[in-house]
Amino acid sequence: MTAPAVEMHAYSVSFGEFQALQEVNLSVPQGAFVAIVGPNGAGKSTLLKALLGLERGLLRDGPTQVSGTVRVMGLPPRQVPPGWVGYVPQVKGFDRSFPALALEVVVSGLRRRWPFIITAQERKKAEAMLDKVGALALANRRLGRLSGGELQRVYLARSLIREPRLLLLDEPATGVDVVGEADLYRHLEAYQAERGATVLMITHDWEAAQHHASAVLVLNRRVVGYGPPEQVLCHECLSQAFGHVGHGHNLVLGGRA
Amino acid sequence: MMEALQLPFLQRALLAGLLVGGLASYLGVMVVQRRLSFLGDGLAHAAFAGVALGLLLHEEPLWVAIPFAVGVSLAITWVRERSNLGDDTAIGIFFAVSVALGVLFMSMRQGFAPDAVAYLFGSILTVTQTDLWVMGFIALGVALLAPVWSHWAYATFDRELALADRQPVLLYDYLLAGLIALVVVVSVKVVGIVLIAAFIVIPAATARLLSRTFSAMTVISVAIGVFSVVPGLAAAYLFDVPAGSAIVLVQALLFALALTLRR
Ligand SMILES: Nc1ncnc2c1ncn2[C@@H]1O[C@H](COP(=O)(O)OP(=O)(O)OP(=O)(O)O)[C@@H](O)[C@H]1O
Ligand SMILES: [Mg+2]
Repeated sequence: MTAPAVEMHAYSVSFGEFQALQEVNLSVPQGAFVAIVGPNGAGKSTLLKALLGLERGLLRDGPTQVSGTVRVMGLPPRQVPPGWVGYVPQVKGFDRSFPALALEVVVSGLRRRWPFIITAQERKKAEAMLDKVGALALANRRLGRLSGGELQRVYLARSLIREPRLLLLDEPATGVDVVGEADLYRHLEAYQAERGATVLMITHDWEAAQHHASAVLVLNRRVVGYGPPEQVLCHECLSQAFGHVGHGHNLVLGGRA
Repeated sequence: MMEALQLPFLQRALLAGLLVGGLASYLGVMVVQRRLSFLGDGLAHAAFAGVALGLLLHEEPLWVAIPFAVGVSLAITWVRERSNLGDDTAIGIFFAVSVALGVLFMSMRQGFAPDAVAYLFGSILTVTQTDLWVMGFIALGVALLAPVWSHWAYATFDRELALADRQPVLLYDYLLAGLIALVVVVSVKVVGIVLIAAFIVIPAATARLLSRTFSAMTVISVAIGVFSVVPGLAAAYLFDVPAGSAIVLVQALLFALALTLRR
């Protein structure tokens, strides 16, 4: 019996007074492709960070309370070998002034450290991976000179090169053109077919999610809906979710003022 | 010029300059890329307070300044990790406290303190055997810690990714802060308190202009840090000007060149 890729029981996160995640219960079987949707500030990124064991790591703004349990491949997140998990962070986190070539970024995903010198073998592997995501031409370009969509491809290659069992993607389609988005789903599906990996992907593109995901998680601080796309994204459920979404969001803003 | 190299105090000055120049420009790469340029200034003034306390207590200033500056550096890091205040604010507070304490300690001494001026503006010719030993030990420590470069670099590139890969980012932050403080203190005699920040930042900033990768930036920065000492000291000897000023001006000249020459 294999453990679920992701399991959460009554998982809550609060930043000071503000509750970002409320009693989340979730079970994702291995091999699933879950699209996570929800409005801005719904706690989507917070949920992915919890799976990485980062829910407190980056905090500088008051105390964080965490309760409930999280398991990734049956293990507490901090005990999961880092090589098992590939992560593409949300775009706003990138420091474009750092002097680096796209190839180095990809190699850093393999080494889990920053490379001083890249070996021939690493170069070959990284180039093959960049080629797979249609970004081989970017290998020797500087990070600061890549467009938003190009950067996303490089980061995707970076997360895939370690051949993870679990892929956590925070809005990887942001800034990517229509062809690029189709490519993205193609790469992810091919990778899944090859490795049987699990994918959790945050997106604001409900339609694409509906076509490609095996399950959709509608999140707005708590789980609004979770299941096969045709069930969760039916007209009624959607309006219900949006109703909650709008209402909840106002509460959020009011509560934080 | 050549026979000048026979003089022991000049030999010590040259060796001290090379060691400190290499150390400052190596750590400077992290300082510049993490936007902590102001940290050099803050710690230089912590060193000033430490030196002033040492002079007041009639102790060797180095032994007081080292724990003082390292303590301040770790405290700055602690405040940065624990609050949402900007780095400049955290550093600024400790900067002010250090200057206040330094001035207080100076005023408590009887009479004028000519030796204090030497610390403010540097006096590379007064570098002692002890100073050299301390610099050598720090250089050895940093060399042994060379593998940490790739951990610092990773967290500099993207702290979140480094944490997601379970790097002990916080531990390395404290290590970096401690080492920067040590280098600042031993740089005091070479360039003086008022110029240390420039000494840390300019080689790395110049290298940044000329590099496509972080490893190249590191190598070029250290090369500039080390080699700018030689013409700097030569100018100081030939024209009888303060060595710290001469070295920093050579570095600034290289920076200006890089700015005009870069592709
Ligand atoms: N480190 C933090 N400190 C304080 N509040 C935080 C922190 N991180 C997130 N939050 C708050 O938690 C809420 C959820 O944030 P999160 O980033 O998870 O939203 P999201 O669903 O990813 O939104 P978006 O679609 O805009 O990316 C937000 O209101 C945010 O302000
Ligand atoms: Mg987000």
